[in-house]
Amino acid sequence: MLQSSESIFENIRKDFPILKRKVRDNKPLVYLDNASTTQKPNQVIDSITDYYQNHNANIHRAVYALAEEATEAYESTRDKIANFVNIQNRQELIFVRGTTEAINLVAYAWGRPHIKEGDIIVTTEYEHHSNIVPWQLLTQEKGAKLEYIGMDDNGELILDDLDRILATGKVKLVTFSLMSNVLGTITDAQKIIEKCKAAGVLTLIDGAQAVPHMKVDLEKLGCDFFAFSGHKMLGPTGIGILWVRKQVLETMSPFHGGGDMIREVHKYETTWNDLPYKFEAGTPNIADVVGFGAAIDYLTKIGMDNVRQHEIELTTYAIEKLSHVKGLHIYGTKDISKRGGVISFNFADVHPHDVAQIIDEEGIAVRSGHHCAQVLMERLNVAATSRASFYIYNTKAEIDVLVNSLNIVAKVFKL
Amino acid sequence: MSGNADIYHEIIVDYSRNPINYGKIEDHDVTFHDSNPLCGDSIDIDMKIDDDKVSDIKFHGKGCAICMACSSVLTEITKGKSLDDVRKIEKNDVLSELGLEHLQAVRIKCALLSLKVLKSALYTYLGNHMDDSLDMDKLKDEAASLY
Repeated sequence: MLQSSESIFENIRKDFPILKRKVRDNKPLVYLDNASTTQKPNQVIDSITDYYQNHNANIHRAVYALAEEATEAYESTRDKIANFVNIQNRQELIFVRGTTEAINLVAYAWGRPHIKEGDIIVTTEYEHHSNIVPWQLLTQEKGAKLEYIGMDDNGELILDDLDRILATGKVKLVTFSLMSNVLGTITDAQKIIEKCKAAGVLTLIDGAQAVPHMKVDLEKLGCDFFAFSGHKMLGPTGIGILWVRKQVLETMSPFHGGGDMIREVHKYETTWNDLPYKFEAGTPNIADVVGFGAAIDYLTKIGMDNVRQHEIELTTYAIEKLSHVKGLHIYGTKDISKRGGVISFNFADVHPHDVAQIIDEEGIAVRSGHHCAQVLMERLNVAATSRASFYIYNTKAEIDVLVNSLNIVAKVFKL
Repeated sequence: MSGNADIYHEIIVDYSRNPINYGKIEDHDVTFHDSNPLCGDSIDIDMKIDDDKVSDIKFHGKGCAICMACSSVLTEITKGKSLDDVRKIEKNDVLSELGLEHLQAVRIKCALLSLKVLKSALYTYLGNHMDDSLDMDKLKDEAASLY
């Protein structure tokens, strides 16, 4: 149920010990770099401590009590995640280090057996480097081609480009992020998937920016691969998810060879373990999987529709306030229904690094730079942007601090 | 304002607005380009060299105020110097000129990108024009150890 934003979010900040911190000259921390990584609530931190203090053992092997508890804690997170993104078959969920590893896994274990000379893989102009570089490596190795869906001046994808490229009949995969990490644009995934399905082409979605901020229903989406990271949604670093539709997963070669991914190993041949373990070689990041499970519980309790609503309120407020700052340019669409809580901007001719450094003195953490999206920076014809990105614990008062700090930048640079 | 933001004094802001020696030298004797992979700052340096002296030097590219100010200062220091003296330019020659000796680690690369480009340009020129007495590996190490 959708509740008024204030009643749910009022008390959230007390769960996050780091938000009590003072930085620089005793300024309260204003953390606005959530698209990069989010802070962790006590519930997540405590679950990891509890795992190491009370349950630590390797999983899927020994018969003693601790091993059973560890296995249960690890596997129950898989179920929580299946439920969180609406997946019927838990065998399709693979634990990886994060979105980057997930996409590399697909490029390696699906791409190498399936992509041939002359094939085309399609990505978009607003992708993170992690959804560009693995495909450059693969297409270069195979003599295949990488093509791009362009972006219009409003920060939205030009789907005519997709139609044109699909018409070649050579496309094997279309890969795109559900939300741009720079512009916050929410991709019209349904439309892209519809077009790809009609052409018999597989689709991969980078959900790293979307899953933390809105309800995502994989069953409804109907893509073939989906990746996201735990640390951008209150969970620990070093843990993420790759989901692959079973019919596709069954056609993939292993990624890493080693323990847990095998059924039988002989001197010269090996048979593979069942899904998903075929793709989880070696002792996994058990403690952080447990922490990820606690993060899923935390978000489930708040409700993802409430998370989205809170961010719509913050983003609307921030865009309104920032658009009154003289000389400040916000990139991307102003249509709030088409964007998440990410605002990239440039301030007159001041370089984003200088903006970030000056407002850092006021306790504000924003990202400045190319945001691992240099193809997009080229398209926008800028070297870098400043980026403020919000999450459940941010407040309108913090946005006021950001806006006021820009006055200091204006003063230093005599704007 | 206090602490790290103190670096934004008048001279830095002025240099970033009105960089010195900004532009290209079409008939350069050597040119070099490099960028900072972390932030995307990117600098090109062109040099004209006569009688083993830097008779002209210009830079262009995109960067923050620190990067632009340091590039300006560096090109001013370099202009007219013999190649031997250019080899001897150290990071503090640039940083002290702008009061940036205590720049925090994350920004030091902004300040020294142009010095790295200058040294690389110099070694490229020396490699192409000088005799075999130069140990290129040593020179490369020297460039790499800037920061």
